[in-house]
Amino acid sequence: MVISNTNTDYDQNLHFDGYNCRFKMPDQAIPKDAAYQIINDELMLDGNPRLNLASFVTTWMEPECDKLIMSSLNKNYVDMDEYPVTTELQNRCVNMIARLFHAPIREDDTAVGVSTVGSSEAIMLAGLAFKRKWQEKRKSHGKSYNNPNIVTGSNVQVCWEKFARYFEVDLKVVNLTEDCYVMDPMKAVEMVDENTICVAAILGSTMTGEFEDVKLLNELLMKKNKETGWNTPIHVDAASGGFVAPFLYPDLEWDFRLPLVKSINVSGHKYGLVYAGVGWVVWRTKEDLPDDLVFHINYLGSDQPTFTLNFSKGSSQIIAQYYQFIRLGFEGYKDVMNNCNGNVMVLKEGLEKTGRFNIISKDIGVPLLAFSLKDSSRYTVFHISESLRRFGWVIPAYTMPPDVQHISVLRVVIREDFSHSLADRLITDIVRVVNEMEAAHSTDNTRNANSSTDKTRHTHDGEASEHSKREMQLGISKYWRRFVHGKKTSSVC
Amino acid sequence: MVLSRTVHSESDESLHSTFASRYVRTSLPRYGARSARSNEAAYQIINDELMLDGNPRLNLASFVTTWMEPECDKLMMASINKNYVDMDEYPVTTELQNRCVNMIANLFNAPLGDDETAVGVGTVGSSEAIMLAGLAFKRKWQNKMKALGKPYDKPNIVTGANVQVCWEKFARYFEVELKEVKLSEGYYVMDPDKAVEMVDENTICVAAILGSTLNGEFEDVKKLNDLLVEKNAQTGWDTPIHVDAASGGFIAPFIYPELEWDFRLPLVKSINVSGHKYGLVYAGVGWVIWRNKEDLPEELIFHINYLGADQPTFTLNFSKGSSQIIAQYYQLIRLGFEGYKNIMDNCQENAMVLKEGLEKTGRFNIVSKDNGVPLVAFSLKDHSEHNEFEISDMLRRFGWIVPAYTMPPDAQHITVLRVVIREDFSRTLAERLVTDIVKVLHELDTLPAKVNAKIEVREEKGLEVTKTEINKQRKFTDAWKKFVADKKKTNGVC
Repeated sequence: MVISNTNTDYDQNLHFDGYNCRFKMPDQAIPKDAAYQIINDELMLDGNPRLNLASFVTTWMEPECDKLIMSSLNKNYVDMDEYPVTTELQNRCVNMIARLFHAPIREDDTAVGVSTVGSSEAIMLAGLAFKRKWQEKRKSHGKSYNNPNIVTGSNVQVCWEKFARYFEVDLKVVNLTEDCYVMDPMKAVEMVDENTICVAAILGSTMTGEFEDVKLLNELLMKKNKETGWNTPIHVDAASGGFVAPFLYPDLEWDFRLPLVKSINVSGHKYGLVYAGVGWVVWRTKEDLPDDLVFHINYLGSDQPTFTLNFSKGSSQIIAQYYQFIRLGFEGYKDVMNNCNGNVMVLKEGLEKTGRFNIISKDIGVPLLAFSLKDSSRYTVFHISESLRRFGWVIPAYTMPPDVQHISVLRVVIREDFSHSLADRLITDIVRVVNEMEAAHSTDNTRNANSSTDKTRHTHDGEASEHSKREMQLGISKYWRRFVHGKKTSSVC
Repeated sequence: MVLSRTVHSESDESLHSTFASRYVRTSLPRYGARSARSNEAAYQIINDELMLDGNPRLNLASFVTTWMEPECDKLMMASINKNYVDMDEYPVTTELQNRCVNMIANLFNAPLGDDETAVGVGTVGSSEAIMLAGLAFKRKWQNKMKALGKPYDKPNIVTGANVQVCWEKFARYFEVELKEVKLSEGYYVMDPDKAVEMVDENTICVAAILGSTLNGEFEDVKKLNDLLVEKNAQTGWDTPIHVDAASGGFIAPFIYPELEWDFRLPLVKSINVSGHKYGLVYAGVGWVIWRNKEDLPEELIFHINYLGADQPTFTLNFSKGSSQIIAQYYQLIRLGFEGYKNIMDNCQENAMVLKEGLEKTGRFNIVSKDNGVPLVAFSLKDHSEHNEFEISDMLRRFGWIVPAYTMPPDAQHITVLRVVIREDFSRTLAERLVTDIVKVLHELDTLPAKVNAKIEVREEKGLEVTKTEINKQRKFTDAWKKFVADKKKTNGVC
């Protein structure tokens, strides 16, 4: 006789009302496979990470690395005493990155740096160090120290604005111009005053992938420092470019080879080729990191020096970063970046062939392609972006920062897992979308010509027919959308 | 005729078994790697080196979750390549975060209407959560002082000396003074009377801890609230309270539902809790909830044009993984209220088993209270011969990680051992731990303390004793060890 267990739970779970669990915790427990299935199914409606061409953040890693990540999910990184090897791996990564950036340390020296959850935390730590150093310098000279400021371009990523707002530092922004979509070194140096804690240059501007001319900035700033004696340093935000320039453009001087560069941050989860959740910040020398910011804590009974904003966090991404370093090595990273660049060229040529786009991004920079429409009068890049979603592509469109807000671009980021064939397919789909737009707007134009419309699209005999009601709605929503887009800030990531 | 091809042993690297490859002959690079390796070799090398890390589940020092169900592991792996901040691209993941915030806000009795959405955010841990909450208080206070035309450059925060290190970080990095209420022997949490006394017009908030790191005790938030309401009525300063419920936030609602510590108290304006402690998720997720919109100044919130859509955000970190947030939602709907309650009840019982076992030895004082986070903090009754650090060291041999540390000022002369009971610490493990502690005690009893005692006795009698070199060295090293241990900052324990 088989004793069976009527599994009424199964039926219950089919009818689990996840929607009502938006506000309150459910009172009862449910079986684990039910919970898994429910969540898995709902997540099917999320986008496909690999088709997200808007993000720099890595979306594919090798299965071996996935295995390593899985097995270290339950390790709390900050338990340094308990997981000494994991801590050692972090230190090795810091040393490798510091040397990649030509930090002035000897063969056996350990570099000064730390792993973070991302470039945001890294930038806040670097900014804090600059702020504290500057305050101490001012105090020792008996001068006022409550109005610090930082000079950057208006193309900075939003985390710099966060840093400024949360840590009460003034943000002095160099506006962009139509010929220059990055920070102009001369204007930047002009803005430097005695309250400037540092000048932040970006290697791999978010908008166009361009590398700022850190060398020129360094030279101009050195001159000014000599005249004023202020000793203003430079920080390089190499969030995307830090793992591109050393491999593709090793002769480009942007890192610690320039004497005024005191700290650099880079995102491990962008071209460091690791999943989201790891960044690195490296300082030139010990002197550039004020000791009173470093905490010595009694963690699990032993002394640990630490300088981070976050405390407990997972260890997986740090181990994954080390895996990538030893798996790929210098030549591996170089190959990956070369491939990315190759695919950018493919995409660029395909788009230039259509004759409808201006390419805004430069050839030298982070492997991405930013392009705008030559003629935006009938449809904009925002329409194209929306239409491309139908094919599964996520390609964002956005307006540039001040003072070039009138320019809107589409931006495609080429990551490691974006192959040549995907590039070809994307071109095909873009061409299709553009042709659709052209067709739709030419029929509209003929219709309009027949009913002699003005911009508000009323019918000429004053009657709101079914047809022009729709046109009116289209017109109004188009106007409204433009209005709303105009209001948005241009702090894109 | 069969054409055969001799395979050269050096030609095809990929044919070699992992350990036959040349990669395991060289030591791992520390400073830079020039050439690539095969993925299996890289995996094997790292995996093997990591074998020397401790076993997370035997780490009894940490509150942070070390085990989750395989189904949840599957979900986490599937979402490991989702960047949480791409809200436009992953709307469901964002929705799951919002649901978690709502559920937790309701768990903490936030004064919300039936369909109202709560004000809160998912963070990487309680450190970030506390910094966000602190920032909100600081900005509100500055705005208030500016409006009154008073100086606003010397904010301070009142807490107990038992705070976790992230409060000191907040104070140091955001330039807020930390006014600490010192502990005393027998009273290891913040005294509400003393705290309220310390409040002045520059105090941005008073921070109470639900689940003190050191001994798991819950601070009396209700009393603090009552005293502070009185003081506010007299002074008009309107000083609010923040509750750091990093560990206690997922315990009190289930085992002590009548304990009033959350938004039921009117002065509590924000609460943080660690999802990765008793929220039962792996390291990397915390939550901060505000009472209502007014408690979060709008100027701190960023509206960014991310991937072309408007997103309001208030976090320190930007890009981060989505796995832990999805895992938190999994736990909340998988376990539900009764599931969490059952787990916390089990943890409490195992804590009692451990406590009774230790009391039976007759050698320990139990420093933790019964009501609180399920942990057992205990110290030796007799310190003359051995101390807690030695016990901690010897327990490592059995694989247990049980930390020992001194209490913060003014109770630095007290040293405790602390065992945290997590979900995956079963009763059998508790009994085994007691057995091993007893073993360690026996071993210590046979160790040279007897020699020291003899020497002391002789010294008392005023006899000239030719100390052997070893004993002299031992005395010096003991004194030095104690000196160094005292110098270590003790209030940075987690």
